[in-house]
Amino acid sequence: MNWFELITLHSPPLIVAVPLLTAFLTPLVSKINEIVRNLFVLIMLCITGLLVLILGYDVLTNGIRTYVFGGGAPLPSGMNIPVRIMFEIDSMTIFMVIITIILAIICILYSWSFMKDQDGLDKYYTIILLLVTSIFGMELTGDLFNFFVFLEISCITSCALIAFYVHKKESLDAAFKYIVISSIGALFILFAIGLLYAQYNALNMATIANAIQFTFFDKIVLVLLVTGLAMKSGLAPMHMWLPDAYSSSPASVTFILVGATLAGLYGGLRVIFTIYGNQLLNTGFTFYPGLLIGIIITTLGVLSIFIGVFMALKRSDFKKMIAYTAVAEIGYMFLAIGSYLIGLALSVPDNPQMLVAGTYALKGGLFHILNDALDIGLLFLVAGAVYYATKQTSLNSLGGLARNMKYTTIFFLIGLLAVSGMPPMNGFASKLLIYQSTYQISPILSIIAIICSIMLLAVFVKVFQSIFLGPEIPSLKNVKEVPKSMLAAMALVACIIIFIGLFPNIIIDNLVTPAAEALQNTTSYISTIVGGA
Amino acid sequence: MIDTFLKSLETGSGFWNPLVLGLAIIIALLLIYIIRGFGKKDYKKGTEQTKAFLSGNPEYSKDEMHIKGKNLYWGFTQALKSVYNVLEKMHNGNTSDYVLWFVIIIGALFIIIGVI
Repeated sequence: MNWFELITLHSPPLIVAVPLLTAFLTPLVSKINEIVRNLFVLIMLCITGLLVLILGYDVLTNGIRTYVFGGGAPLPSGMNIPVRIMFEIDSMTIFMVIITIILAIICILYSWSFMKDQDGLDKYYTIILLLVTSIFGMELTGDLFNFFVFLEISCITSCALIAFYVHKKESLDAAFKYIVISSIGALFILFAIGLLYAQYNALNMATIANAIQFTFFDKIVLVLLVTGLAMKSGLAPMHMWLPDAYSSSPASVTFILVGATLAGLYGGLRVIFTIYGNQLLNTGFTFYPGLLIGIIITTLGVLSIFIGVFMALKRSDFKKMIAYTAVAEIGYMFLAIGSYLIGLALSVPDNPQMLVAGTYALKGGLFHILNDALDIGLLFLVAGAVYYATKQTSLNSLGGLARNMKYTTIFFLIGLLAVSGMPPMNGFASKLLIYQSTYQISPILSIIAIICSIMLLAVFVKVFQSIFLGPEIPSLKNVKEVPKSMLAAMALVACIIIFIGLFPNIIIDNLVTPAAEALQNTTSYISTIVGGA
Repeated sequence: MIDTFLKSLETGSGFWNPLVLGLAIIIALLLIYIIRGFGKKDYKKGTEQTKAFLSGNPEYSKDEMHIKGKNLYWGFTQALKSVYNVLEKMHNGNTSDYVLWFVIIIGALFIIIGVI
């Protein structure tokens, strides 16, 4: 075995271990000087990114990978089910891990200048890296209890980061709300995992999926897991923590918090498609649980879009406005996922078109996860840049910034067009898939989605007019463009957005379609893992 | 390789190719440039021609002329006041109420899925 094969073999635990070790080494490296610390964190995350690429290539080429911790040691006699912690990596996992590493690297690059005037930066970088570790853990693990542990780490680190501005009461208030709501959600998730363990004597997702019977207890578990993870991902009407948390934390933190939120959504997808896949992913009207779950998810998705857009339209705080649009964007993903479940349930031999429409909806929903992370993320970075330059976030106090912050204005315009689903940006490609596929399932869903997308454009036209256009405000006369590292971070996101917008097929063919197929093909996932354990 | 970049996005009931849109934008810009060529040539910057005409009223200072965030969409929000009242009540900032929504959704799902 050569060194490359060795790295490929051990890449799943290394993706978690590298940021984890970096997190604890960062305070020590900080003793040398700030520049060394910043470079150290960025280089270690780039190494993690390299490991993600190696693992991604391996999984997309050779199929599902499993990594058993302590796999070399013999099992007790007669035991042939996976009892150890396992990392299970399929194309869906790779899709999410790639999103996370992009967000993490850009977050660190942006933080260099954005956070330089703050105290306690060694702790800041440590907690950011621990949050990144927990997101990776949630995405890579195939063990439910392990997932819960990483979820808890994510909640605690997120809370610490939301409360970073300890001198601001809004930050402390948002952090308190977040930890209370997250802890309650996590407790329900733990209870659900306990119920599954009591029934099936296993914690491995594939093993449970193989054994699940959709009993009375399984229904309780389904409700608890889906609700807990939907709250973590900011689905209405359990989204109230999100606008406060996103708007009260530093922009660089909000950027990575988007990744943590999407990891919650990923957990929800694993529950519905992997653990309950064999029970819910059935065609035909007779099998109602899949249809019911689809209708519920779609309804809550539409509600999220509606609440997010309407609340954003009335806000006058830049960051809070973007936070509410993030709720709406989450709604688009849930709308697509719910539409897939409905399409699958309504698909009968005489009407296979519904299944085709549902599959396109799923692809659109998954593609929108990537696009949302980048588009909303870019807008938060721009909001951070405006705050950095002016110390203001209220639309009523800002104006005419396009004169002094030309590059930031261009990046905002790119983010605005992308979030509003305007062609040729990436947001349009994923929303087009969602519109056209949901139209075949129910035209009213598609119409609501399109109208709300137009309203999103109206929201950001208001922001653009209020902050960047208009005459020069005397108090903002001396405002200067933000430092280069912040511009570089925003430029990087903007370039990815434009690239995906111009060549959406490259991402759909190589990442989104394999991820959608991985979610749809529950049997293959179970047989690979349970059979290979 | 080039085929990969030129490929259209299939949406199930149609297709989308951003490069075609790009081409259309370039053609539209060319047309705009040509039409602009027919414009008046005697336009002079910084003269009376470029001053705002407000029906004889005096021009406000630059700061006062800026349309702020609060000035936009007030008619829309006013017309949908009843909807906004409900939404604002939902987002009252009370953590207990936020947790209550979580409990309500769990209860509703228990009933719909058939647990209760």
